[in-house]
Amino acid sequence: MALVAPENTGVRLGVRYAVLLLVAVVFVFPLVFMVISSLKPDHQLLSDTSSLRAFLPVGDISLNNYVAAFERAPIGRFVMNSVLVTVVTVTCSVILCSIAAFSFVYMNWRGRDLLLSVVLATLIIPFETIAIPLLLLVSRLPWMGLEGVTIGWLNTYRVQIIPWIVDALTVFLFVQYFKDLPKELIEAARAEGASWWQIYRRVVMPLSGPVLATAAILKSLKMYNEQYLWPLIVVQDEAHRPIMVGLGYFFQLDVAWGELMAYLSVISVPILAFYLILQRAFIASIASTGVKG
Amino acid sequence: MIKTALVAASSLVLATTALPALAQTELTMWYHGAGNEVESAIISQIIDDFNASQSDWTVSIESFPQESYNDSVVAAALAGNLPDIVDVDGPVMPNWAWAGYLQPLPIDQSKFDNFLPGTKGIWDGQLYSIGLWDAAVALYARQSTLDELGLRTPTLDSPWTGEEFMAALDAAKASGNYEYALDLGMAWTGEWYPYAFSPFLQSFGGDIVDRSTYKTAEGVLNGDAAIAFGEWWQNLFTGGYVPGTSQDPADRETGFIEGDYAFSWNGNWSGVATIEAGVDDLVFLPAPDFGSGNVIGAASWQFAVSTASEHPDGAAAFIEFATQDAYLTAFSDALGLAPSTASAAAATKNYSSGGPMEVFFGLSNDQGLVRPVTPGYVVAAKVFEKALADIANGADVADTLDAAVDEINADIEKNSGYGH
Repeated sequence: MALVAPENTGVRLGVRYAVLLLVAVVFVFPLVFMVISSLKPDHQLLSDTSSLRAFLPVGDISLNNYVAAFERAPIGRFVMNSVLVTVVTVTCSVILCSIAAFSFVYMNWRGRDLLLSVVLATLIIPFETIAIPLLLLVSRLPWMGLEGVTIGWLNTYRVQIIPWIVDALTVFLFVQYFKDLPKELIEAARAEGASWWQIYRRVVMPLSGPVLATAAILKSLKMYNEQYLWPLIVVQDEAHRPIMVGLGYFFQLDVAWGELMAYLSVISVPILAFYLILQRAFIASIASTGVKG
Repeated sequence: MIKTALVAASSLVLATTALPALAQTELTMWYHGAGNEVESAIISQIIDDFNASQSDWTVSIESFPQESYNDSVVAAALAGNLPDIVDVDGPVMPNWAWAGYLQPLPIDQSKFDNFLPGTKGIWDGQLYSIGLWDAAVALYARQSTLDELGLRTPTLDSPWTGEEFMAALDAAKASGNYEYALDLGMAWTGEWYPYAFSPFLQSFGGDIVDRSTYKTAEGVLNGDAAIAFGEWWQNLFTGGYVPGTSQDPADRETGFIEGDYAFSWNGNWSGVATIEAGVDDLVFLPAPDFGSGNVIGAASWQFAVSTASEHPDGAAAFIEFATQDAYLTAFSDALGLAPSTASAAAATKNYSSGGPMEVFFGLSNDQGLVRPVTPGYVVAAKVFEKALADIANGADVADTLDAAVDEINADIEKNSGYGH
């Protein structure tokens, strides 16, 4: 029976924590730099970048950059737009993609496997290659609203939401998860006369918490953090701009670095809060899918 | 009865006074200045003044971040969603005109005879755009530096020759007082490269494309003059005269002010800030002459009318209104850029006689050379930028310029000569 001496355990723990601390510092430093820099005037921020002072709240510290950033850009509006687009897209996405996946896994219909292959094949198509055709399409699509039928979806929330609701990755996640659920549950429900809709809603979805969290988290990160090119070309009015397009407000002839850092700090709050609330599910989702958002 | 009559009379008065407002036709305008409070305030003032000055048109503005503005306009053009009035960067204008995004300005060109050459966007013989200011580049130096190094102060009439310029850099380098003799602003990428550096190539006798035909870059971007330029350019980096392509943006912004660089190749938009940062003996020197004249880049943002506009007369009325001297002066005072006319310059605090930036107006007027006036410029500019960065990083000069010529020529051919 092998025994570990207490002093060896202490050393190993010390090394382990030292390594973990080092890794944590590497990952946390950019955030610390962002927040600390947001408190400094530009000239000090720039001169501090060559030393450890960049990570320390020293010198001329104030909230002036935050005040100036809010004066320069309608930050509240941009954050609200991004949160709205993200929440609606993610909600619709997990519902529709899970329904599609349910159909692909459990229901038998002609061309099912072929269509699933086609859907998954779209994973390899970069968005940039379809951006222009999609732009031409949405600029001519009709819409029935309170003001009657209008043509064109530009400068709306729907143009930022609807094209992003269904995507191959989310469908794939649900398909893989549903395949691992016990078939007996479905067969038993069918034997007792449950409809497909009832099976989806009462049997499958209650068991799908982990994949719902995974899909929602990955989709949320994509919608909140990465929406730049599409809103750039389909949204011309400021009222509908998301946070990433708003970044450009700080890149003038001379970049307003301090205000930019203040802006980044502010827009990071919703996604950091989202992460802290769903921290365990987030880690589990990364571990289970091997996909990093 | 009396009450009814009063109500009716009031309604009539309201209706008649509201009529002019209702009759105003709305014109939409896109501008690249989102996030620039100073610029936005002035452009908003111009619009308010215009809307109040007449009863036919009312202009509404939508501002975009500058870095994504061009992409937004191109996307809107594809989607058929362009506004009446756009602002366009001077060198990009021919591309937008050729692509059918812009229509010629329905304003008599003679009205802008007194404007700086670089502020007039002329393509295919027609005026498409007009600017309220021009940007200019000069060699920033301290008078004390020139005195300490025993250097002659160059003037517009008598600029430094290429040899004098290199002797000045050698003197600065030998003094040991500076981290680098010259700051070219390598931390700034994109349009800065062709805007700021192609004038050196032109002074050597080369160019980005052959302006006599605009159908090839052969011979001008890879001829003897261009190769001489390329070797000189590479020597700036290998000889340790200038920071390389990995220059920290922070050093670009503060290096000259803090005395790390003896000279800085910079634009007039940074002049006021440099003086205010404490460089009180700042002098703006003209570009050196490498044998074929001394030139600097010209043309900045300008107003134009889109082809989607159903009211080009209204759009032109606004543009003509905006080009009043009072607004040129206001923009210049706020942004530090050179106003388009001498009369407006005389009223500015920086470009008037004895003003700290006065020399820049002369630089723009005498040295300013617009970048190649061709729709193909937008591609050629990117190719040129990459070639200069590669040469700075040690690539073979002749091979790199040959490859750049091939790429530019292939693009011209692919686009059937861009209408030239």
